[in-house]
Amino acid sequence: MTLLDLTPDEWVAVRLSLRIAAWATIVSLPFGIAIAYVLARKAFWGKALLDGLVHLPLVLPPVVTGYLLLISFGRRGPIGAFLADQLGIVFSFRWTGAALACGVMAFPLLVRAVRLSIEAIDRRLEDAAATLGANRGLTFLTVTLPLALPGVIAGMVLAFAKALGEFGATITFVSNIPGETQTISAAIYTYTQVPGGDAPALRLVIVAVVIALAALVVSEWFARRAGTRLHGG
Amino acid sequence: MLIVDVEKRLGEFAVATKFESESGVTALFGPSGSGKTSLVNMIAGLIAPDRGRIMYRGKVLFDAAGKVNVPPHRRRFGYVFQDGRLFPHLTVQRNLEYGRRRYGLRRDRAEMERVVGMLDIGHLAGRRPGTLSGGERQRVAIGRALLMQPQLLLLDEPLASLDASRKAEIMPYLERLRDETGVPMIYVSHHAAEVRRLATAVVRMESGRVAAVGGLELLDGAPADLSA
Repeated sequence: MTLLDLTPDEWVAVRLSLRIAAWATIVSLPFGIAIAYVLARKAFWGKALLDGLVHLPLVLPPVVTGYLLLISFGRRGPIGAFLADQLGIVFSFRWTGAALACGVMAFPLLVRAVRLSIEAIDRRLEDAAATLGANRGLTFLTVTLPLALPGVIAGMVLAFAKALGEFGATITFVSNIPGETQTISAAIYTYTQVPGGDAPALRLVIVAVVIALAALVVSEWFARRAGTRLHGG
Repeated sequence: MLIVDVEKRLGEFAVATKFESESGVTALFGPSGSGKTSLVNMIAGLIAPDRGRIMYRGKVLFDAAGKVNVPPHRRRFGYVFQDGRLFPHLTVQRNLEYGRRRYGLRRDRAEMERVVGMLDIGHLAGRRPGTLSGGERQRVAIGRALLMQPQLLLLDEPLASLDASRKAEIMPYLERLRDETGVPMIYVSHHAAEVRRLATAVVRMESGRVAAVGGLELLDGAPADLSA
C-alpha cells in the first residue's frame, strides 16, 4: 500500500475535491429538482430556451463556460461584484468558485436524470393525491418526489462524479491554487507537467478511480433499495 | 343535493350533462365512451368544464360565469378509480391514512377498525400495493377514500378491471358500504346487474348526454353489459 501513501499535499487535494464536489451537488440539487419539474410538467413560453440554457455547459467547451463564469462571477463581474459587496460571497480564486464551476458543469446531468424520472411517473397518482386532500406542494412532497427518488439519486451521483472530475471550467475560472482550488484533476495535471511527477500523479489517479467506483456502488445500492420499495417487497 | 349542469369539449367529443342526485347511490349508467368518467372527473374537480355549474349541498363548487372552481383537494369527494391508483411507495396502512392526514383529521382508531373490518383488509396493513391482488387493491382503494370521511363518494367502474370472481368478491363490500356508511355515492358503470344491485337512482347516459333520469326501472330492457 506504499502506492497509496499520499503526501499531505495530495491529501489536501483529495479532501478539497470531495468537499467541492459535495457542495456542488448538494447546493445545485434543489435548483435541479425545481427546473426538472418545470421542464417535465409545465408548458410555458421560453421552455425551449430554458432547456437549452440548462444543457449549454454540456455542449460548450468547458473553457468557455469557465470564462463566462469568470466575467460574470469574478470580482469585477456584474454578479460577482454584487454578491461580494452585498452578501460577502466571493467566488473568484476560492474553493467556492470551484464548487460553482463544478455545479454548473454537472447541472445538465442532474436535471436530465431527475426530469426523466418525473416524466415516468403516472400523473394519475397525483390526481388521486389531490382528491385525497393534498394540495400541489404536498402532492409533490408525498407522491412525486418519493416516486422520482431513484432518478434523483442517479442524478446526484452523476453530478457528483462530474463535479469530481471537472477540470476545464474550474481551472479557467478559479485557477489552480494548491489548498484552495487545486482539485485531484488539477493536481494530476500539475504533476504531469513537472519532472518526477509520475508517481504522485499515479497515486492520485488510483484515488480518483476508487472514489468513482465507490460512488457507483453506493448509488446502485440506493437505487435498488428505492426500486424494491416501489415495486413491492 | 348534487346539482350538475356542465358542458365540456374533449377533442371531437362533447359532454353536455344536466342532472341532480339525492343521497343514496346514483348510478351513472351508459356505454363505454358516453362521457361518464369525464363527468366524474368534473365533479371531483380534476378537469374543469367549459361552461356550467356544479353545486353540492348548496355550495358552489364550480361556476364558469362566476369564475368559481374549488380545487379537488378542498372538495372532499372520495374517489375510487377504476385502476385503484394506490401509492406504490407507501404501505397499505399509509395509503389508508393518506387522506385523513391531508385533511388534518384526528386519528380515529374506532373508525379505522370499522372500515378495515368492513372491507376485510386488516391483514394487508404492512404490505405494499405491488404485492396485492386486484380485488385486494380495490378494497384498499375504497378504504382509502372512506377514511378521509368524504361528503360524497365517487366510484368510477371500480369493478371493471377485475375478473368475474373478483367482482363477486367485491360486490358485497359495496353493498355494505351503501347500507352501513350512509355516504352518498355516484357509481359509474356499464353493467346493468351491478347497477341493479347497488343503485337507488339511475342517470342514463348516451354519447355525452343524459338520456334519462329515474329509478331502477330505467334498466328494464337494457342489455346486461352496455359495452358489448
